[in-house]
Amino acid sequence: MMDVISILFYFFAAVLLFSGLKVITAKNPVHAALYLVLAFVTSSCLWMMLGVEFLSLTLILVYVGAVMVLFLFVVMMLDVDVETLRKGFWKNLPLALLLGLIVAVEMVLVLLNNTKIVTPINADPITNLSNSNVLGWVLYTQYSYPVELASMILLLGLVVAVALTLRKSEKQAKYQNINRQVSIDSKSRFTMVKMDAEVEAPTAEGEQK
Amino acid sequence: MLLDFFQGLLGQNIGFVVGWLVKAIVVIVPLTLVVAYVTLAERRILGFMHARIGANRVGPFGLFQPFADLLKFVFKEIITPTKASSGVFYLAPAIILICALSSWAVVPFAPDLYFTHVNAGMLYVTAISSLGVYGIVLAGWAGNSKYSFLGGIRATSMMISYELAMGFAALGVLMVTGSLNFVDIVNSQAVGMMQGSALSWNWLPMFPLFLIYLISGVAETNRAPFDVCEGESEIVAGFHVEYSGTPFALFMLAEYASMILVSTLTTILFLGGWLSPFPTSWGVVGTASMAWLVIKVLTLLFGFIWYRASFPRYRYDQIMRLGWKIFLPITLVWIFVLGAWMVSPLNIWY
Repeated sequence: MMDVISILFYFFAAVLLFSGLKVITAKNPVHAALYLVLAFVTSSCLWMMLGVEFLSLTLILVYVGAVMVLFLFVVMMLDVDVETLRKGFWKNLPLALLLGLIVAVEMVLVLLNNTKIVTPINADPITNLSNSNVLGWVLYTQYSYPVELASMILLLGLVVAVALTLRKSEKQAKYQNINRQVSIDSKSRFTMVKMDAEVEAPTAEGEQK
Repeated sequence: MLLDFFQGLLGQNIGFVVGWLVKAIVVIVPLTLVVAYVTLAERRILGFMHARIGANRVGPFGLFQPFADLLKFVFKEIITPTKASSGVFYLAPAIILICALSSWAVVPFAPDLYFTHVNAGMLYVTAISSLGVYGIVLAGWAGNSKYSFLGGIRATSMMISYELAMGFAALGVLMVTGSLNFVDIVNSQAVGMMQGSALSWNWLPMFPLFLIYLISGVAETNRAPFDVCEGESEIVAGFHVEYSGTPFALFMLAEYASMILVSTLTTILFLGGWLSPFPTSWGVVGTASMAWLVIKVLTLLFGFIWYRASFPRYRYDQIMRLGWKIFLPITLVWIFVLGAWMVSPLNIWY
């Protein structure tokens, strides 16, 4: 009989393959996005079983918690017509198969060159450091230059996104002046005016009604 | 201990599964009872603050009211709207409840009382609570109603905005502790100049972060005054407008469970967890115990109910402004201040 850990591994692996397949075959785009979320979560579970807790939780935090929520948001708002999406399927199939084949060959080459199974280090028994701690040391010492480079690229993306959507003048977009909204007082909005009472004289017509 | 007992009784593998299931039940059942009584406490306290009586008919002081409510929900008809995406429609309350309950797996209640002892506990809770937004957005979408969709969209953008401020506020705590483990976080607050009394906890040196965490916690749980995603004066009941019966009860259960969770996390991160607010030299009142954790959490929960009675609902754009233009810059600045403080000779942590 298999132990619980292997049963869990095969369960997660099966769910991952199934959801990956459903991402590209689901008819409703919202359902496809949800299957992608399921694929992320199950692969994060697999990583967690390997003991790489930091990477697996970051996968959930970044991709599932932020990226996919916004993606789902957009997919829900757009009225996607499934038929137009499927129009060029047979025409594009050869190119897609070729690209898929290249990716598969690359992955096999990577796996063939690293046949040794590296056991992940969770809590180092000597220094008693958790793997998030160890990862932090490596990232900010050995790989500090690539980290800086990646953060600059992300910053560039941020600046570009702001620049694309920024509307500076009042003509292009309407802004609320929060300062003006907060600093109003009753005198600028409301004035008491003294006036004589208007008394309507009763008429014969009014009485008839 | 419990695990060994079941493994001895049922064999290695089945005992492993059954043992963990029993442990989970031992955590979840008391939690559900607390949720039930928090709903009653909310009704009574709100009644008191509004100068009315509140639920007091069922049982002495209305103590059986939560169970009456539960029975009512269970026996109500479950209505599925036409053209609702039925799978997703029933998945949404399940997701929201699973996220609200599974965070409790890593939360410690006392130095040696926890479900699991995980090194990346803080990260786990942040990751799981970021999943909770799916329940709301899917509930809004699947019901095929404009009101619930608007509620779902509002919830998404609000929760993502406040998650950032909350994450950065927690980052300050992680910086001074150097660990993602909740037990380590509490223990690191027990030492320092004030010998583990209330003055040595994290809330004092990180006061802005503490306030931001507290307020963002209210926003993350979609409670008043940040409950625009169910603002009943504008969009009926927001994301759960189409739900009735048991699925609706699940939304309520999840909301209160995450309220308790946020209160517990605030207590652990900033208010010293199970530590006593008095110096350790004071004998019984100075010793750390789970009672202190419970007292602190209940105080914060009272705060949640109090805000609901006191503040009017924020306007939507004001919520966004508060999250992005006020909270996020303050947390970023305070993290730089903390970093400078930690490397300076005035460091109080090491």
